Amino acid sequence: MVKVLKSGLYSTIQDLGRYSYQEYGVPYSGAMDAYAASLANMLLGNDKNAAVMEITMMGPTLEFNCDTGICISGANLSPKLNEKPITLNQPTSVKRGDKLSFGKLIFGFRSYIAVSGGFKTEKVMNSYSMYQGITEQSTVLKNSDLLIDASSKSFDTKHAGVKISDSHFSTKHIEVFKGPEFDKLSKAQQDLLFSQHFTIAKENNRMAYQLVEPLENSLEPIITSSVLPGTIQLTPSGKLIVLMRDCQTTGGYPRILQLKESSINILAQKFTGNSIQFSIPAFRLSSR
Amino acid sequence: MIYELTYKTYGERSILIEWPMAIDEHILSDILRFKEKIKNRSIEELVEVRSAYNSLLVVYNYEFLSFNDVVYNLKELYSEINQHSKSKRKQWKIPVCYDDVFGIDLEEMALEKGLTKEAIITLYSKAVYTVYFIGFLPGFMYLGGLDKKLHTPRKATPRLKIDKGAVAIGGEQTGVYPSESPGGWNIIGNSPIDFFNPKNKAPCFVNAGDTITFKPVSLKTYNDIKTLVDAGVYQIESEVIDG
Repeated sequence: MVKVLKSGLYSTIQDLGRYSYQEYGVPYSGAMDAYAASLANMLLGNDKNAAVMEITMMGPTLEFNCDTGICISGANLSPKLNEKPITLNQPTSVKRGDKLSFGKLIFGFRSYIAVSGGFKTEKVMNSYSMYQGITEQSTVLKNSDLLIDASSKSFDTKHAGVKISDSHFSTKHIEVFKGPEFDKLSKAQQDLLFSQHFTIAKENNRMAYQLVEPLENSLEPIITSSVLPGTIQLTPSGKLIVLMRDCQTTGGYPRILQLKESSINILAQKFTGNSIQFSIPAFRLSSR
Repeated sequence: MIYELTYKTYGERSILIEWPMAIDEHILSDILRFKEKIKNRSIEELVEVRSAYNSLLVVYNYEFLSFNDVVYNLKELYSEINQHSKSKRKQWKIPVCYDDVFGIDLEEMALEKGLTKEAIITLYSKAVYTVYFIGFLPGFMYLGGLDKKLHTPRKATPRLKIDKGAVAIGGEQTGVYPSESPGGWNIIGNSPIDFFNPKNKAPCFVNAGDTITFKPVSLKTYNDIKTLVDAGVYQIESEVIDG
């Protein structure tokens, strides 16, 4: 059991998402940065789909009431165990009564706490990922107790101290493919998409990231059709919206670009005011 | 009828198949036959197949190296479809209460259209609605078949909170809000039925291709049904029809 003393800014339990329920209108959900979440699990010797805690910008304070192992990957929120700094991407032993807390945000935006055996909160439709209306709790609440697998104490230390390339956090490049309606854009609009820098607007969350700079738009809405995490929609007012993991399953705005899956993870570590630039992998240009 | 389909890549693991851009029952039948065919193939690499008005999204669990091979296989499947196969479809009878506590936009709609509230309810209850697909929110049905006389523009300012079960009209579309959410449609009544239950194996009882009729009920009947629904014992009336 893990006791939540402080919940942090926005903390949720996530695995890699809820698959094959989209035809009922159920979003995928899952860790925003699936790469960092899987890494934390792998370093601890968990299954990569084990449920982790996703924390955002300001971390929670947690108290462990059993011995276990933890590993923290993703953004650096200055994690501390009993007030002593601990290293990211390194399995760490935790004793009963230990307190995990966080400090200043150094880089990135979302961090992942993996525990040995994974969190065992409510599982709905084969996934632990929290989502309002699907799971009883949609975020990690102060004073709640979170179940973990207390029998999993041992973890693998052979991966200890992996060096992670920091380009995952520093790069501005977001790789994209053409979206289904890309060809309806004028040549000038297409060129702008790849030459201009875009800024993350303050409207950014697990559902979508809006971008500040508008793109002049004369496209008609489409007949409602399926969308995916990573789809970039162009609204009638010219606003670009990048759909993220909790996005709805269908939409009526033209889908002009589609993020590469690795770029969804990169974008998940960006926040208000960060600048990005789209690029298209050359080898995919001719596939349509 | 065999349609001229378009196949597009959509990200690194999905193919989007598109029919002509129209909302049409024949297209829906064709889409659902193709969806069934792909699903019955139980292709191991398949994550999901979802339909919308005029598209199928086929999601694989690997990044395909050859778009052309994947599309070739899908085209093969499409050509093998028996155009006359009928799928079992259901027609559901959904109770709706139009009492003033629920139908908060009925009055305004009636004034605008020069109809009585009763006339709106009669027109709404006469139609048979086709479920095209579920999207937007868990359990939100996209329905076709709204009488032209009832087409009503969305509200200029969306409401921040629409009750679960609200039956509403937005432009040419109509539907039931399966959970509390913001929304800009005109609300004419409320249904006590659960359109989405995450605890059930199939969280929605309705499938794309089914049809729905709305049956007016009194406030008392509404409350009685609600009690049964909350207890998990209400049986929704339905009959099997040939699709």
